[in-house]
Amino acid sequence: MPLYAERPPLPSDDKRWRIVNGTMRKHGFSRNALIETLHTVQSSFGFLDEPAIKFVAQSLRVPLSQAYGVVTFYHFFSLKPPGKHTCTICTGTACYIKGSEKLVVEAEKQLHVRVGETTADGEVSLGTVRCVGDCGRAPVVLFDGELSAQMKAPQLAQQLERWTMQ
Amino acid sequence: MNTEELQQIAAGGQEERDKFDYEVNVCMGTSCLSQHSDRIRDAIAKEAEACGKKCQVRRTGCMGPCAAGPMILVEPAGKLYGHVREGDAKDIVEALGGEPVARLDPELGSYFEGQNFVVLENVGHIDPEKIDEYIARGGYQALLKALTEMNPASVIEQISKSGLRGRGGGGYPTGLKWDTVAKVKGAQKYVICNGDEGDPGAFMDRSVLESDPQRVIEGMAIAAYAIGASKGYIYVRAEYPLAVQRLTMALREARRRGFLGNSICETQFNFDIDIRLGAGAFVCGEETALIASIEGKRGTPRPRPPYPAVSGLWADPTLINNVETFANVPPIIRHGGEWFSSMGTARSKGTKVFALTGKIQRTGLVEVPMGMTLRQIIFGIGGGVPDGRKFKAVQTGGPSGGCMPEEHLDLSISYDALISAGSMMGSGGMIVMDDTSCMVSVARFFMEFCMTESCGKCVPCRAGTVQMFELLTKITKGEATHRDLDRLTELCEVVGATSLCGLGQTAPNPVLSTLRYFKHEYLAHIDEKRCPAGVCELSPAAVEVHA
Repeated sequence: MPLYAERPPLPSDDKRWRIVNGTMRKHGFSRNALIETLHTVQSSFGFLDEPAIKFVAQSLRVPLSQAYGVVTFYHFFSLKPPGKHTCTICTGTACYIKGSEKLVVEAEKQLHVRVGETTADGEVSLGTVRCVGDCGRAPVVLFDGELSAQMKAPQLAQQLERWTMQ
Repeated sequence: MNTEELQQIAAGGQEERDKFDYEVNVCMGTSCLSQHSDRIRDAIAKEAEACGKKCQVRRTGCMGPCAAGPMILVEPAGKLYGHVREGDAKDIVEALGGEPVARLDPELGSYFEGQNFVVLENVGHIDPEKIDEYIARGGYQALLKALTEMNPASVIEQISKSGLRGRGGGGYPTGLKWDTVAKVKGAQKYVICNGDEGDPGAFMDRSVLESDPQRVIEGMAIAAYAIGASKGYIYVRAEYPLAVQRLTMALREARRRGFLGNSICETQFNFDIDIRLGAGAFVCGEETALIASIEGKRGTPRPRPPYPAVSGLWADPTLINNVETFANVPPIIRHGGEWFSSMGTARSKGTKVFALTGKIQRTGLVEVPMGMTLRQIIFGIGGGVPDGRKFKAVQTGGPSGGCMPEEHLDLSISYDALISAGSMMGSGGMIVMDDTSCMVSVARFFMEFCMTESCGKCVPCRAGTVQMFELLTKITKGEATHRDLDRLTELCEVVGATSLCGLGQTAPNPVLSTLRYFKHEYLAHIDEKRCPAGVCELSPAAVEVHA
């Protein structure tokens, strides 16, 4: 019977890989720590690229296809690097009823990108999220992860302008 | 930990409180915190110190009326302030013991009338990061009672007697579920708390986890004792970072006080809990998909039976309940099942937490006894529809639920009544719509949601939701015919009947309920090429035909 391959070395001496390794060690390099580890990669690096997925898959002895399957299945994981700033518009039901669609149109118009894309200069990524749970003050937008509620189109435009004018 | 020690901690907490003349409780839930309520708390603490008043300034969880935030509760006067800013700190401190600050009145009217706090009994009164404050309000008495005075069977008996039903939406009797798992033989059993609150427009579980995490942990520990489990998982959405942070802290505190770990409360009972983060997949609210996700796999459901009670996490017997269900357990054990069953209707006992949102005067979190009418909640507590608009529909049950029109406003809330009205309890989102909402667009919105969230495992859901979405889009564009409407209705039946899991089975509900109550709006789009609410942009060609 072939022996399992050795665990791969850290991809580089970037300290963040040690954090990723720490998560896997905490779970005893168990296969079921896949999602937890991917969370750590994403929170450390901002996204998941091919070397990262390969490293995690090999370390946990999970087939690469399965790791890739998990990454693409869950909306939370991103394969593309985010822009310098992120604008995430909530499109949950309460926000929808309070007009979040108009906010999406406004942001797309101003940034000249579609939802899920980053501006050509790499400044701003535009995304949507299904409910962040602040429905009482809908519609809600997250600017760089900071929650802003009861958002109106002119306010959104102002914030985006501040970023793009820099 | 024994009863005396527990009482000592509680007494210590009370002593600590007695040192102060006043308490200023500042809401630091997600909503108020995003308006910098932490700075408000610091400002008040500074003012209190400067003027020498004996005042305890406390961080608390969500108090309910989020739209009036940031909220502050001043004790012992029991006075609520709303829309507080940092600059108000001085006036708030000066007003302690005197006339309250009039300009900060949150104008909540009858918001709290008829509300009955069981799950939310501690919110606004305890610091969610301090376990001793939870203990001071009766926390962990139930676990101690269960471990030292009751056997597992009598714990289950009390839960059965209470009539508690699953608060995640399905409404399965909790006692029966516990009993099933308890009876299955297995060396290793698991307890899972489903905190994957995926219904957009619902935030009850987020609030409970942020405001009173120990309550959920205690409920899980009692469940573990009752069914014979030694390991638990709480599955929380990654979109709720504050809840994750508070929960992590709470687990550490519970271990420190000996409510988790080995030999809990000097008995032979061992139990510990780990957190697992969701990664943004609605289908993971379904129990078998959730289990797959905890195992580190793609969150796709599998056919049941076998139910998780028999073969769940790593094929071991597993109990899965929702956050709110577990949160109801400690008070039931403390006061007895009969106390709980004295609230509510014949078949739906206790209270239910709802997230009241949409086109409504006072949005926020409410907890009402089962049996209250929709009208009482929407017009009494919520204050009705703002801006002089007209009420059109209320949506419950998230993407699996339905829209109910005005004639159903006098419906008493219960699992069965909501289903017979074409909707469902769901986890507790209640979204109010006024006459500016187009019901076809709303149905299309939910279908888009189900389409993107379908995991793709079974064909009816994967392909059916796309077809239904396209038909609905056609209608909103004014390009549809009566045949399309027939096809849509037919698809609703097929997808509902043949999908693998709850997501697909209930995906047609928003369409079916809007067709049932608002068919005239569908017909207006098709026959008259007109959107009655003025939302849809019908295609230019179609408009010309009409003109």
